[in-house]
Amino acid sequence: MMTPVAIPPFERFYTDQREGVFRRLSRLLARADAEDAYQETFLRALRAYPSLRNAERLDAWVLTIATRIALDVLRRRSVDGELPDLPAPETVRPAFAELEHLTADLPPKERAAVVLRYGYDLDYADIGAALGSSEEAARQAASSGVRRLRRRRSG
Amino acid sequence: MTISDDLDHRFRNAAAAEGLADVAYDLVDSPVGPLLVAATERGLCRIGFDPDPDRDLDSLARSFGARVLRVPRRIDRARAELDQYFEGARRGFSLPVDVAVLPAFQRRVLDELARVPFGRVTTYGDLAGKIGEPRAARAVGGALNRNPIAIVLPCHRVVGATGSLVGYAGGLERKRALLRLEGVEAGGQVSLDIA
Repeated sequence: MMTPVAIPPFERFYTDQREGVFRRLSRLLARADAEDAYQETFLRALRAYPSLRNAERLDAWVLTIATRIALDVLRRRSVDGELPDLPAPETVRPAFAELEHLTADLPPKERAAVVLRYGYDLDYADIGAALGSSEEAARQAASSGVRRLRRRRSG
Repeated sequence: MTISDDLDHRFRNAAAAEGLADVAYDLVDSPVGPLLVAATERGLCRIGFDPDPDRDLDSLARSFGARVLRVPRRIDRARAELDQYFEGARRGFSLPVDVAVLPAFQRRVLDELARVPFGRVTTYGDLAGKIGEPRAARAVGGALNRNPIAIVLPCHRVVGATGSLVGYAGGLERKRALLRLEGVEAGGQVSLDIA
C-alpha cells in the first residue's frame, strides 16, 4: 500500500499553483475572461478540497479544472456565435487564429480537440479532462478532426 | 503575466463570503511584534506570536481542516480591537472565541481566565481554586501555556504565587510589556489583586 501524500493547507496549495493556473488560462482566454476563470477555478478547487484523499499531482488536478472552465467559456462564446476575444497579442499563438477559422465546420468535439492540441499545445490528458472524456477519446477526436480537414482540402 | 493583488483579493473574499474557508487568518502588526490571528466561522481561534507560515498553516489545518486561507478582511474586526487595545483605548474585547477543539479541562481554565479583568493579575493556584480543582495549579499552568488565543484570553495576567512573572509562551518580555500596557508594573514582584 502506498502511503497517501498529506493534503497541504489550502493556502500553500494556492500559492504553489496560482501562477501555473493563470498562465494556462491566459493562453486560452482573453484577460477579463481569464481573470473570471481564475477565481472560478480556485473556488471549485476549494469546494472539492475536503474530499481529496491524496495530494499527488495536485498541479494536474487544478490545471484540469482550469482547462475545463476555459473550454466552457469558449464553447459558450461559439454557441452565442461570438468569436472568442483573442488573448493579448504577445500571447497569441499564430496557429490559434488560423485554426479557429479552418476548423469552423468540424463537429464541436473534434474542433475543440484540434484547436486545443495544435493551437494551444495542450496534451491529450488535459484535453480529455477538459472535454469530459478520456485521453484516448481526445486523441481520436483530434485525429479524426485532422483527417476530416485533409479530406476537405483534397476534395 | 502576473496575478494582480486585486484578482488575488477577489478570490480570497469570494471564498470567505461563500463560507468555504475552514479557517481564515492574517498577520497583524503590534507593539509586541507581528501576530498571527485566525478565525473560524464561530469566532477567533488563534492569536500567536512569532508567526511562521510553515508551522502555523499546518497547525491550523490539523485543528480546523485543510481549507486554511489568508483572508485579511475576515480579520478586520479583530485587528481593529487589537489596535485599540494597544493604543490604550480598549480594556476588553467583544470578539467571540472558538475553543471547541480544546480539551474540556483547558476550556474550563480559559473560561475562568477570561474573567480576569484588564489591569489585574491572578495566580495559577487561584485559577485552580476557581474551577474547583485547588490542587491542580500545575495543570492550570500547562493549560495556560498552550493558550491558543493570547492577549484576548489574557494569560499574561496570571503570575506565580509570590507575584513573580514565572512564564509565558510568548516570552517574559512580552508578558511584562502587556502588563505594563495595562498599568501593572511587573519587575520581579507584582502586587496581587485577587478578588
